[in-house]
Amino acid sequence: MSETLLGVVVTHGDLARALVDAVRRITGDDGSLVAMSNDGCGRDGLVQQLQLAIGDWPCVVFVDLPSGSCLQASATYLRSHANVALVAGVNLAMLLDFVYHRNGTPQAAAQRAVDKGGEAVRAVPG
Amino acid sequence: MSVILVRVDDRLIHGQVVVAWGRTERVGRIALVDDVIRGSAWEQDLYRLGVPDGVDVVFVSVAEAASAFAEWQENDRRTLVLVGNIETLSRLCATVHIPQVNLGGLHKGAGRTERLPYVFLSDDEERQLHALDERGVRITAQDVPTSLPVPLSDLAC
Repeated sequence: MSETLLGVVVTHGDLARALVDAVRRITGDDGSLVAMSNDGCGRDGLVQQLQLAIGDWPCVVFVDLPSGSCLQASATYLRSHANVALVAGVNLAMLLDFVYHRNGTPQAAAQRAVDKGGEAVRAVPG
Repeated sequence: MSVILVRVDDRLIHGQVVVAWGRTERVGRIALVDDVIRGSAWEQDLYRLGVPDGVDVVFVSVAEAASAFAEWQENDRRTLVLVGNIETLSRLCATVHIPQVNLGGLHKGAGRTERLPYVFLSDDEERQLHALDERGVRITAQDVPTSLPVPLSDLAC
């Protein structure tokens, strides 16, 4: 049995806090996700924050955009931590699914998040 | 001249640079000047992810930037020159005349104090900036094109 995964959401501005708050309001979950903002941080500062938040825990890092400082810092962290996986393009649907599926490997959870998050993006017919 | 902005920003290629400045200033080329990234293929790949279609990016050392600067100035392609720290800026300005510099983002770090929400400087970095100012480099802080430029004299502790 692998350790339960931690999720860290890293975004511009207050988006991460808002996403984690929305997950808590919907699920009651309080503790499987950590919110982090790039406000006031360069890449090195964000990498330090990730180190503090994650430690040696197996983890999926969710960032908002497939480029930019949140991704750059997370990808830098990922290079030296094999038990961390990275997902870009975070949305609420993938986080809601993640909090109930935290028992696999980080890589499997990341792929599941991509699938579940992608399924939730659609044009809704009127 | 086609070097339309020389910017100091420790996040280098990110949203404010490619979206805000890139679109407003119709940037056609980003020149990222950094000796470490010049030699790091994986970091170059990381920064390329943020470069929109139609914009070229070149990764150069300080020495290479000094050699290429005149060509960038004469070329029609509108070039944004990016450096990640004051030390690199000072080295570049030692070999190339740069009339104006934009401080776009220098974030929290050891020995630095907050001058603006997006500009943190150490005393030594502030001294380097004033030395450049005395040599005729006009230095202002401005994170995005729609904010007001803040002169170096207003960045004192």
